[in-house]
Amino acid sequence: MKRRNFIYLTGVGAAAAMLPAIPVFGKEISPEQALEYIDPAAKKIMSDVALNAARSKGATYTDVRVGRYLNQYVVTREDKVENIVNTESYGIGIRVISNGSWGFAATDKLDKDSIAKAAELAVTIAKENARLLREPVMLAPQKGYGEVSWKAPIEKNTFEVPVKEKVDLLLAVNDAAMKGGADYINSVLFAVNEQKYFASTDGSYIDQDIHRIWPTFYITKIDKVSGKFETRNALSAPTGKGYEYLNARPEDKIQTASGTLYKGRYDMLEDATQAARQVGEKMKAKSVEPGKYDLVLDPSHLWLTIHESCGHPTELDRVLGYEANYAGTSFLTLDKWESKKFNYGSKEVNITADKTEVGSLGAVGYDDEGVKCGKWDVIKDGILVNYQAIRDQAHIVGLNASQGCCYADNWSSVQFQRMANISLQPGKAKLSIADQIKNVEKGIYIVGDGSFSIDQQRYNFQFGGQLYYEIKAGKIVGMLKDVAYQANTQEFWNSCVAICDQSDYRLGGSFFDGKGQPGQVSAVSHGSATARFNKVNVINTARKI
Amino acid sequence: MPILTKAEAKALLTKVLSYSKAEQCEVNLNCSDSGNLRYARNAVSTSGGISANSLVVSSAFGKKLGTATINEFDDASLEKVVRRAEELAQLAPENPEFMPFLGPQEYGPDSPTFSPATAAVTPKDRADAVQASLKQAMDNKLNAAGFLSNSVGCAALMNSKGLFAYNTSTDVAFNITVRTDDGKGSGYATRGYNDFSKLNAKADTAIAAKKAMSSVTAKAIEPGKYTVILEPTAVAVMLENLFFSLDARQADEGRSFMSKTGGKTKLGEQLVDERVNIYSDPWNPELPTSTWSGDGRPQEKINWIEKGVVKNLYSSRYWAQKTGIKAIPTPGGAIMQGGTKTLEELIKGTEKGILVTRLWYIRTVDPQTLLLTGLTRDGTFYIENGEIKFPVKNFRFNESPVIMLNNLDEIGIAERTVSAESEANYLLPPLRIRDFTFTSLSDAV
Repeated sequence: MKRRNFIYLTGVGAAAAMLPAIPVFGKEISPEQALEYIDPAAKKIMSDVALNAARSKGATYTDVRVGRYLNQYVVTREDKVENIVNTESYGIGIRVISNGSWGFAATDKLDKDSIAKAAELAVTIAKENARLLREPVMLAPQKGYGEVSWKAPIEKNTFEVPVKEKVDLLLAVNDAAMKGGADYINSVLFAVNEQKYFASTDGSYIDQDIHRIWPTFYITKIDKVSGKFETRNALSAPTGKGYEYLNARPEDKIQTASGTLYKGRYDMLEDATQAARQVGEKMKAKSVEPGKYDLVLDPSHLWLTIHESCGHPTELDRVLGYEANYAGTSFLTLDKWESKKFNYGSKEVNITADKTEVGSLGAVGYDDEGVKCGKWDVIKDGILVNYQAIRDQAHIVGLNASQGCCYADNWSSVQFQRMANISLQPGKAKLSIADQIKNVEKGIYIVGDGSFSIDQQRYNFQFGGQLYYEIKAGKIVGMLKDVAYQANTQEFWNSCVAICDQSDYRLGGSFFDGKGQPGQVSAVSHGSATARFNKVNVINTARKI
Repeated sequence: MPILTKAEAKALLTKVLSYSKAEQCEVNLNCSDSGNLRYARNAVSTSGGISANSLVVSSAFGKKLGTATINEFDDASLEKVVRRAEELAQLAPENPEFMPFLGPQEYGPDSPTFSPATAAVTPKDRADAVQASLKQAMDNKLNAAGFLSNSVGCAALMNSKGLFAYNTSTDVAFNITVRTDDGKGSGYATRGYNDFSKLNAKADTAIAAKKAMSSVTAKAIEPGKYTVILEPTAVAVMLENLFFSLDARQADEGRSFMSKTGGKTKLGEQLVDERVNIYSDPWNPELPTSTWSGDGRPQEKINWIEKGVVKNLYSSRYWAQKTGIKAIPTPGGAIMQGGTKTLEELIKGTEKGILVTRLWYIRTVDPQTLLLTGLTRDGTFYIENGEIKFPVKNFRFNESPVIMLNNLDEIGIAERTVSAESEANYLLPPLRIRDFTFTSLSDAV
């Protein structure tokens, strides 16, 4: 990293608060500091201080997370750099069980006294709260792994790439969009590095290095005569990759009648160029006639439907009621799982949970309570077969081990159950996107994610998208607008009749899946191939004010 | 670091500024101590305490600006953060939208944002309040899930042009969902205060419990356009999407529901029913907020919508100077002027309608019309001839707050409430609205 390259472009617009949609944690640091990696031996010493202090105060179990969380934001609009910020959040979170109750405390003061005091506070909180227990915490057994490590298999660390290179890319993207007819564009490159160290009284000392990247943009085009405007978001997916994600090769692109789609890697410049063209087409598009349509849903859209209608309802904490006050419960109650025949979807529907999928946002070697991660079936041939669980829930569903779904978004946040990468498996028979469209008589092909909303038990949902193409008699005949579809989760997944094969399988995802009180975010990916759903209710969202 | 007094904050920021060699320097201090207790299935689940302090230094040379932050407060660290901000500023390109820092400002009298009772809350106090809530639920054989949090904080701003601003604040937030054991009924209550002593977790739990017990055996009725009564919590999540969109630049650029053709806006036009008055007032005793914004601008009483006419838009200082409008900052809270009727009286005056106690998962469908979608939750009831007749299944709605405020039927008494989406506090009345658009049914309880 050439310091001057960074300095040249830093300081344009000081306040990270200018990024209302992007949470900014921690203090601002230089890019050089972002390339440092803390020696695991130092983190082990800190962890042992906490483990010993908690034990001496009466904790029967303790885990410690020493976390260093690095973010980089590069923000531009049109021909201006609005902001470049590197942030670091570094500290220790200590979770204990004492008198059968959880307690938690965290500090960013990493001297021995401060760590020991935080451990003591965690024990005090646990003991104070023990009177509000109905039964003591029961942890699934977990063997200690000793000193182990895991690194995300990235090719190019985004933090090592000169900021000037990133700025040049974003300004080129903006220029292409403006030349293509856009009136406004905001583009952002967001990079994350989580350096996490976990230790517990089970005997694990786990060091992990996790990377994520999300390049994105938001284009607006205005019709000066009517005053109407339309927007188009980037078709990128936030991903658990390094900067290589932005180096798309021909094999990373899928050419369709609607334009280029991206598989594994992303061409931001190309997407901005086609987005400027497509947003112009959106302005001239026909307003949809409400009614029943067969929907062909691209993975860039379907990931969000999977996230909301399958990922969240199969979280065991929701099923049990731990999220009842905020994020809600789940229609997939224990009796449905116990019956072993609850028909969640059609036989085409196979959904897996996977904490190890290479390139996914949720991929780690071990979760935030020291459980080695894996892959398992959640929906098998349309039937609910499993949930997503952590250590203190495993016994409730007869598991003798956690499924490794525990996560905290910062050292200062207590870890709790979060979603694994939940994905729809591709079809086994050869089927391309063109084949899907060819077989539809009256339908809509939807690309990209838009507005989204689902009820607190995950039955009723409504989704919009970025691009809507009308299909008539097996052909795309033009673009539609004002489209949203509404369905009941079970009916929707039972209407799934065809899924493209592995060659079309792609990951989408979110950097900011919100849950919990106090609220935390987590990053998670969802894979699928293009899938068809028959006779789904489509509404027209046009209004006049 | 404990919460600093005004004199301590002034001394600290004066010291930081004394290290500055920049043409302009501005220092922001924020400190916060908070605690929380979460419970579900009638037992504690998680609980914690967080202490966080930060100092932000912005240094400027001409239109070149550098910013650095730190959370260490010894002299060497303070000087280091100033040097780093200056280094960044010296080498940064010019920012065409940079505005010089403000000079001294008049902020008026202090606003009562700080309560000693809240600042003194302990883990035991939280556990006591939650214990009372749990007892209320369990005595009624109901299932409670809730969250209680409290915080105390200080904020201070000083710059080399002589501006100094300081504020302390305290907050308490409590929300509770009570469900029947069979999962067929659910009720919700939420409260936010500056003063912890106003919190009555037992009474709030009783409200949620009553809704839970009343909402079992909900009947399905057809979606469509209905007269609805929205309780203040439901009003909050609809109207905050309107508040969030009153930005002048977005409107001028043609990217807002406030935009018109040719770069014009709807500022000064009748947008909604003439009985709608929405304003912000830092000194409102029910919703006190800071008298200054993050960049040092004074917060005043501002009329945003007066007799249905949009009177003001908020804006950055840069955009205000460019367009010649007043540089009004985003407010700390929003208030809608209430009427004289209680919620019960609104119900009594309803021939046929639906009582909505909470709305959930609100998302923008179309920014041009502010069309929102979301669902009812935790107690939805059918009203006929002035009485609640029976609970109904939840609905999905597709509605714009602008259309909603044009279909205004009656306004109730305003009360402090909390958005279950943003957690922001507001002072809002219950509203009776004609032709509110429900588009489908939900089986969720």
